Amino acid sequence: MRGWRRTPERTDPRGRPATGRPARSRRGRIRAVAAVGAVGALTAGAAVLPGAVPHRADRTHPVGHGAPLAQGGRARSDDSQDSGAYSDFEDETGPQDCDSPEASLRPSGASGPAVKRIRAKGFLVAGVDQNSYRWGYRDPATGRLGGFDIELVRAIAANILGDPDKVVYRAIPTSQRVPALRQRTVDVVVRTTTINCARARQVAFSTAYFQAGQQVLAARNSPITGYDETLRGRRVCTAKGSTAQAELAKKSYGARLLPPVPNQLDCLVRLQLGEADAVITDNALAAGQAAQDPSVELKGSPFTDELYGVAMNKDDTDLVRRVNKVLDDYRAGGKHSRWQRAYDEWLAKDLGKGKTKPPKPKYKD
Amino acid sequence: MSQPPSTGGPVPTGRPHGPGAAGTHSVPGAAGAYSVPGTTGAPGPGGAYSTAGPAGTAGLPGPADTYSTAGPAGTAGVPGAPGSPGDPGAGAAAPAPPAPEAAPPAWREALDRLRAAAVTEPGRLRSIGAVLAVLILAFGTVTAWQVSERASSADAVVHRSQPLSADAARIYRSLADADATAAGGFLAGAKEPREVRVRYERDIRTASTRLAKAAANTGGSAAGREQITRLGERLPVYTGLVEAARANNRQGLPLGGAYLRYANDTMARELLPAARELYDIESARLDQDYTEAKAGPWAAVAIGVAALGALGWAQWRHRVRTNRVFNQGLLVATGCCTAMMLWLAVAHGMARAGLNESNDRGAASLRVLNQARIDTLRARGAENLTLVARGADVVTEGPDQGRDAYEVLFQEQLDELVGGSGRAEGPAAPDSLLGRAAALADDEAGRTPVAEALRGVREWQQRHRTARETDDKGDYDKALKTVIGKEGSTGESFDRVDTALSRALAHEQREFRSAADDGRAAFTGLAVGAGVLAVLGAAGAVLGIGRRLAEYR
Repeated sequence: MRGWRRTPERTDPRGRPATGRPARSRRGRIRAVAAVGAVGALTAGAAVLPGAVPHRADRTHPVGHGAPLAQGGRARSDDSQDSGAYSDFEDETGPQDCDSPEASLRPSGASGPAVKRIRAKGFLVAGVDQNSYRWGYRDPATGRLGGFDIELVRAIAANILGDPDKVVYRAIPTSQRVPALRQRTVDVVVRTTTINCARARQVAFSTAYFQAGQQVLAARNSPITGYDETLRGRRVCTAKGSTAQAELAKKSYGARLLPPVPNQLDCLVRLQLGEADAVITDNALAAGQAAQDPSVELKGSPFTDELYGVAMNKDDTDLVRRVNKVLDDYRAGGKHSRWQRAYDEWLAKDLGKGKTKPPKPKYKD
Repeated sequence: MSQPPSTGGPVPTGRPHGPGAAGTHSVPGAAGAYSVPGTTGAPGPGGAYSTAGPAGTAGLPGPADTYSTAGPAGTAGVPGAPGSPGDPGAGAAAPAPPAPEAAPPAWREALDRLRAAAVTEPGRLRSIGAVLAVLILAFGTVTAWQVSERASSADAVVHRSQPLSADAARIYRSLADADATAAGGFLAGAKEPREVRVRYERDIRTASTRLAKAAANTGGSAAGREQITRLGERLPVYTGLVEAARANNRQGLPLGGAYLRYANDTMARELLPAARELYDIESARLDQDYTEAKAGPWAAVAIGVAALGALGWAQWRHRVRTNRVFNQGLLVATGCCTAMMLWLAVAHGMARAGLNESNDRGAASLRVLNQARIDTLRARGAENLTLVARGADVVTEGPDQGRDAYEVLFQEQLDELVGGSGRAEGPAAPDSLLGRAAALADDEAGRTPVAEALRGVREWQQRHRTARETDDKGDYDKALKTVIGKEGSTGESFDRVDTALSRALAHEQREFRSAADDGRAAFTGLAVGAGVLAVLGAAGAVLGIGRRLAEYR
């Protein structure tokens, strides 16, 4: 699956966010046609690729519909996030210079004004989540924050300030990520933030540090096998404003959609209480849910592509380069990289050991 | 009663009549019926008064002393006056005649006797006595009935509806308290102080026992029972969610927070509205009992006026006919009726004043203070949940879009409490709950705790702001301490407000009770007294008339 996902064709059509907005500019329309063409090629290719899942083909939309662009058989998501995040990421229409939002600035270890500012403060202010198990979560017993995202923040602090503990963690709601960066109340946001065009216009992203995708979570003994026909008649829980909600609106496989809940974790509550049969959220967060309840597991494969990046203020270009440098170091070393160690510590148990590798960095300059 | 002369008069004597009288008596049957009395009534002396009418008109000196005086007076002196009170009597007698045509002799006989009662003086006197006795007894009965009804409504205010409304308020408050306490205990996690757990358990116990009590007492109000059922159904669900939250939290799982938010949601969307509804229903019943207890006893007053009027007229008639000024029996009856009337008026006035005071001073304040206390509890719950949720629940629409949902709820509750949309100083806005409570408190003992509560709220607002700023800066631990710590925490301010409000509630409850008791006491003995007076009065009237009647034997 994952090898297939990284075929060269895939990069081509990922020009637009996956909200299924109509291509409004002429350029967009041309791109849309190109995208569908590429999708066609892909689906054709998929037939010969071993392990290609048939439902991928369902996801390609006829040109006549114009609207929902299926990018390389996978939808890109605007927001893989947990809660109602639509507010601050309005997709302004118009010419979109956004072929690959995950392309960032080349890494550099130099200290520019932003890095100097952080050094002057003596601590890094990081916007994090405190409710996402395995990503960013405060253990009530110890009061300590831990998770895959937190590990990365510590690496950044260690690089800039020489001490991984010189960090002020601010819990910021999903919807406050962009305003917090713009008002500089935080230096970086490391909070399972999906890189997409709408956000890339408002904030700067580092290179991608994790690849996730929407996936189905259900009880181990459930007949549900993934995002497919087995969902028919099942009650599915999604978070308000999430990618999963948008995806299900497009194709639900006859699932009964429960009223969206404020937070993805609320879906696990519904699942445990028997009010829902399945949860659809991104696999990174679903892994956090599975980690809290051994009787549930991730089903099937991820059916969207989501790349997580560290978000920063658009003006802090030196900080972006610096963080990219940190990420380069973080990813380096293959099986013994710090990235891999963090993955093994926090995520491997529920996402599968050795199943996910760090995404390859892309640069725009 | 002096109508019979004119009734009898027209046909045999051809005496000219008023148009009204002619109309009434044009029925031939009436003439036929009239001729009978002579045969059925005792001849001879009986004739003397059976033909009283003609005698009166003709000015024949009748054997009866009374009559001869009455007769001339009736014709010459006041022709209209005796006729007009008599008219109803005639009217009552008139509709009967048409039927007797086919009626059997027994019927006719009874009817004739009736007519005799109407046309002969002893008969008239008997009627007058009977009517007076009936009126007085009716006055007594209706007074006793209406007074005991009001007294039982007043009793219901004190013993039933106010306690039930207080119970409903208690359920409402316990639930809100349980929710705030659960969130506080959750924040403390494994270090949850024992008293927090005890308080939560006591809240749940109070809510369930009061619910059971309310279910037993709710006296057939379908709407009330529905809410009680709903509460009974959802409360175990709520406690289950809270326990799941605790268990997960103790495992160090964020799922606990999600459970707690779900529990809070269940509380806010299902339990609290049902408790609120129950409280409103019980409050409405209290209002109704108040209204019923305060309603004017108009039926009793009307009959009392009629009885007194009839007594007055009977005595006037007595004087006119006999030249005697007083009839002792009738005087006693009049005295009894007057006493009853005065007692009724005074008792009603006092009860009304007492109940009004208990409502204004007590019940109205209790209502506002109860709501204030619940808002305080909900604000506290929201404050705790802000730290539990840590941004997991954000308002998605409206002017507060993007803000933490619990922080918004906290501000909403405080706005209701003191108004001023977040302003943290000065007096409470007049239309806010504490502003209204201060206005309703009518003595120092009532105003002091309300003022103390306001000071507590102001302190709370400032500390809350500090806590929020600390949390926003990223110092979660310090923010947590500012919220659930011992000294200088918002929890301390909250306790201060809650204690002050509970003192104010206790004070108003006492005010309510003493004023209501005063009001209730006003009715004491009146129902029984009315009965005794009525019997006395009726006896007086009967005896008085009896004395007069004896003069005909």
